[in-house]
Amino acid sequence: MKRYMKYIKPYAFFFIAGPVMMLTEVFGEVWIPKLMSLIIDNGIGNHDIAYVIRIAFVMLGACLLMICGGTLGNFFSVKAAVGASADLRSDLFSKVQEFSFADVDNFSTGSLVTRLTNDLQQIQQLVVTMLKMALRSPGMLVGGFIMALSVNRDLAIVLLIVIPLLGLSIFFIMKTAYPRFERMQLALDDLNNGIKEVLTNVRVVKSFVREEHEKDKFEQLNSGMMEKSLSAMNVVIFMQPVMAVFMNLTSAAVVWFGGNRIIAGEMQVGELTAFITYITQILMSLMMLAMVILQSSRAMASFKRVSEVLDYEASLTDKDAKEKDRIVREGSIEFCHVYFEYDSDGILGDAAGNSDKQVLKDINFSIAPGETVGILGATGCGKTSLVQLIPRLYDATKGQVLVDGVDVRDYSLYNLREGVAMVLQYNTLFSGTVAENLRWGDEDASDEDIVRFSEYAQADSFVSTFKGGYDYMIEQGGSNVSGGQKQRLCIARALLKKPRILILDDSTSAVDTATERRINEAFANELKDTTRLIIAQRIGSVKDADKIIVMDDGRIVDIGNHSELIERCAEYQDIYYSQIEKQKEGTVI
Amino acid sequence: MTREERLRESLKRRYGKMVAAASKGPGGPGPGGPGGPGGRGRMAAQQKVKPKQTGETIKRIMAYVLDEKPRLIVAVICAFLNIASQLGASYMLRPIINTYIAPADGSPGDPRGLAGALMFMLLVYAIGIVGTYVQAKLLLTVGQNCLKRMREDLFNHMQTLPVKFYDTNPRGDLMSRFTNDIDNIGNMLSSTLISLFTAALTIVGTLSLMIYTSPILTVVTVAVVPFMLFAARKIAEFSAKYFAKQQSSLGAINGYIEEAVTGQKVIKVFNHEQTAMDEFNILNDELRANQMKAQFFGGLMGPVMNFSTQINYTLTAVVGGTLCILRGFDIGGLTVFLNYSRQFNRPVNEISMTITSVFSAIAGAERVFAVMDTPSEPADDEDAYAPERIKGDIVVENVSFGYTPEKLILKNISAYAHPGQKIAFVGSTGAGKTTVMNLLPRFYDIGEGKITIDGVDIRHYNREVLRNNVTMVLQESHLFSGTIMENIRYGRLDATDEEVISAAKIASADSFIKHMPHGYHTVIDADGSNLSQGQRQLLNIARAAVSKAPILILDEATSSVDTRTEQLIQQGMARLMSDRTTFVIAHRLSTVRDANAIMVLEHGVIIERGTHEQLLEMKGRYYELYTGKAELD
Repeated sequence: MKRYMKYIKPYAFFFIAGPVMMLTEVFGEVWIPKLMSLIIDNGIGNHDIAYVIRIAFVMLGACLLMICGGTLGNFFSVKAAVGASADLRSDLFSKVQEFSFADVDNFSTGSLVTRLTNDLQQIQQLVVTMLKMALRSPGMLVGGFIMALSVNRDLAIVLLIVIPLLGLSIFFIMKTAYPRFERMQLALDDLNNGIKEVLTNVRVVKSFVREEHEKDKFEQLNSGMMEKSLSAMNVVIFMQPVMAVFMNLTSAAVVWFGGNRIIAGEMQVGELTAFITYITQILMSLMMLAMVILQSSRAMASFKRVSEVLDYEASLTDKDAKEKDRIVREGSIEFCHVYFEYDSDGILGDAAGNSDKQVLKDINFSIAPGETVGILGATGCGKTSLVQLIPRLYDATKGQVLVDGVDVRDYSLYNLREGVAMVLQYNTLFSGTVAENLRWGDEDASDEDIVRFSEYAQADSFVSTFKGGYDYMIEQGGSNVSGGQKQRLCIARALLKKPRILILDDSTSAVDTATERRINEAFANELKDTTRLIIAQRIGSVKDADKIIVMDDGRIVDIGNHSELIERCAEYQDIYYSQIEKQKEGTVI
Repeated sequence: MTREERLRESLKRRYGKMVAAASKGPGGPGPGGPGGPGGRGRMAAQQKVKPKQTGETIKRIMAYVLDEKPRLIVAVICAFLNIASQLGASYMLRPIINTYIAPADGSPGDPRGLAGALMFMLLVYAIGIVGTYVQAKLLLTVGQNCLKRMREDLFNHMQTLPVKFYDTNPRGDLMSRFTNDIDNIGNMLSSTLISLFTAALTIVGTLSLMIYTSPILTVVTVAVVPFMLFAARKIAEFSAKYFAKQQSSLGAINGYIEEAVTGQKVIKVFNHEQTAMDEFNILNDELRANQMKAQFFGGLMGPVMNFSTQINYTLTAVVGGTLCILRGFDIGGLTVFLNYSRQFNRPVNEISMTITSVFSAIAGAERVFAVMDTPSEPADDEDAYAPERIKGDIVVENVSFGYTPEKLILKNISAYAHPGQKIAFVGSTGAGKTTVMNLLPRFYDIGEGKITIDGVDIRHYNREVLRNNVTMVLQESHLFSGTIMENIRYGRLDATDEEVISAAKIASADSFIKHMPHGYHTVIDADGSNLSQGQRQLLNIARAAVSKAPILILDEATSSVDTRTEQLIQQGMARLMSDRTTFVIAHRLSTVRDANAIMVLEHGVIIERGTHEQLLEMKGRYYELYTGKAELD
């Protein structure tokens, strides 16, 4: 809870002023009946119309006071709640920005999105209601209680019995409801993930004509959602009958005890009616309070989910970095006995559970600045995992990764990643113009630079055919450019960073060979000093590299240049001849 | 231009349309913005055609509610019971006091009688309580059922929408319709419905009692109602306007969150965190401003209604007091009436208090219905061709196509493939290869020319039959969360485990699957983050292998598979293709050289065609491409 003070503080005035202003409404509601009794006792009693009208003006004044107070209270409450939750949303988003790759995998994108959107909305709604009700209901409660005491001390004992009992039953209802609301939220997550999946995979669904199948799947998620909601809400609806039971029993008890007293001549009828009015007021305000708390139980689940994100320690930080000011200058890379496995102890549990598998085993090699290094190996042998350790997208489980002779963990993340550009295998473009996407690499890049680096990546030729050229709008996820175009834009984007180390993770798989060759030529001519790591399927892409690392099942099998490897490395020969044979004999697809 | 202005400008371009989409009130100018690239129609355009119709929307929501008539009727009866018992019990207090506690004739009270009367009163209360519960329970079920059906209708309708819809609407925005908007409707159905109900009944009950007590004062009380309604309406108009704005800001920020969270890894690699936060904060501030107004105007209803209640009370007091003085109206009657006037105003207040949630619900419902109103893929002809078997004889005749009329992607393409043949499309990226493949299963309908299968225009086919006979393996591999087994079986739902495994063997996926902790029953998540790109592609191929469709489209299906694995797949693939008509898009020319015909596409035109040998002899574009590859030797 303490952490949330931070969000309240900037709006402290509004957080206090809102509920306080709402008190004017309480005041009005208590005062106006009092004025009314004056009208009855003095005005009507004395047949004094002038008095009636005079008091009426006072009442009007009270009304105006109420609306002013109410409006201001509303304004302050909204300002407080909306302001605080906007700040919270912003912090939440920043927090997610701190997350490492592993953290994002742990939470799953769908769940992160819900937390940032739906859950936050719930919290905000709760805060607004709380602020408006915070003093109002207790105010009515206290006011009513004092009045009741002043009417008849003995009868008020009934209230002392009823209020704790009522509180207790409310507590039990809430206690039952809370875990159910949590389950409901989980069902909502499932539902959202299901929808998102279908939205992403729409082409697959359509091409296999699986619309009906998807409808069935959705039906299950949807029913689950409904069941969970019903189970939670079914508890909630107990609230009203329970309240009614207490209210009615209390009035009956008051009438019974009070009635007997009147019969015994110890009390006036007027007192009884007044008393009944007050207990109604007290129980009503209790009910309001209970309703607010109940609403909050749903929001509490959201609170918990938001707190989970806020409390989550990003698993990969540069807090302990020893040389934060250091930047990557040379571009040498060294791996010393590096082991790596994906950690799966996500808070949401790992669906696959295949974590106990070491992805990299005892990796050792070094690369000098400016060298070009190819990495070859079968699908799933750990190539991607290996290069991801260099810009610290993940941390090695054991061993050391050094850049310029310094452990990557001793750089600030910013400086390290400024020096190491990586074109990911799963790559994304963002909505925005081509130029905007490219400027991810360098925000202040000149138009000339953009064109120049796009030319290196062989992207300029097709960009210039786009309507608007570099101002062409790319849709979310880059859905309106082809796979090959996307890859080349991603390369250009990485080049604009002018990195010391450039990692291409199978980044030209959808680009045709001639274009790929031109990209490599441009690299060789224009990026002489840049250390390049290229993961590739085609031997042609890496044949001219200074070094080629051949991997198999998480281990390095051999390192050498093409002619060395073709001499001594069986795996390399395998790959080489598989591709050459295809070329020569044309037997294959 | 400062950096912030630049970001703002860019955000407006990217997410402004979402803003425009929802805030487009009748006659409102709205930012609009220049139509996107080639003006691909987003939802904004569709909404513009159909202006906001609050009445219409409410009617549609009500249609869902009214589907539950039996429950509704019982709920209404229970509500009656409830209100009647409440009014009855409160009325009983008067005779109880008059007869048993303090008889008017001054005789002593009767404790025994009082006990009996109180017992009776409790019984009446009990009926009311049972009524309340049953009513709440029924209405809850009604609300949840409606929500469920609404989600179902939305989802099911989306299943019928053309691929174009998905290509042109941001995913985050669609998601937010499923989550935020439906959620708002849910809030309204679950809470507002109940209070509207009882409120209406209470109003009727109290009004009768008021008329019974004093017709003149009733007129005074009721006279205030039109002013109240007028004020409510004005506030409602304001809040509806700002609520729509709030919803669209919410849509924009949700879209941004979705995009940023999905692309989080790229953000990290590019040290783009700061910019992302800056952009987010701009959207967040915008949301803050809009939300502030929406919530403020929404919340205004409370104090304003309270005010009118108090004014009403004051008026009644003055008029009532005057009546007492001049016309001898009794004080007891006035006291009772004042209580009634409060009781009369409370439900009116309640209705107006919940009105905020009604507005978000209507704004949300409008966005939901907007999707539901998006036209589905055009229906098949009634006598659509639905043969039992398709041989796979495909002819493409003079086909021209563009996603937008002004930019043709394909120009006058002709080709044919006899059953079992393999046709390859090669060419630079962006030459239109993938577009050709979009046309065959009718993801998009052809502009000019036609494609026939077994001599029948694909537009005359039953769409389901057509797509069932065309299997695609796409460049971007798409998996579903679930087990590996389920993912492969997606290709043919009735495939046995053995068939799935043999399909996986064909795709050379069997070996890595067996290494997974739970083998074929390993659960993978949708992003497939626990699989490499290549492994995902193998699963996609296995999925296609399990299907029995006679036509196969491979769109860069093996681009991320290493050559050694690819070599392993080859035999299986050869078997897969032997009895299928296959269209292949590939950049590795080695994978297409044994095709019966190779088409070289450039800028949407086939510039060369022939077999591998013929094309090499031509020494044209294909030769160039091929020698680019030949550098290997």
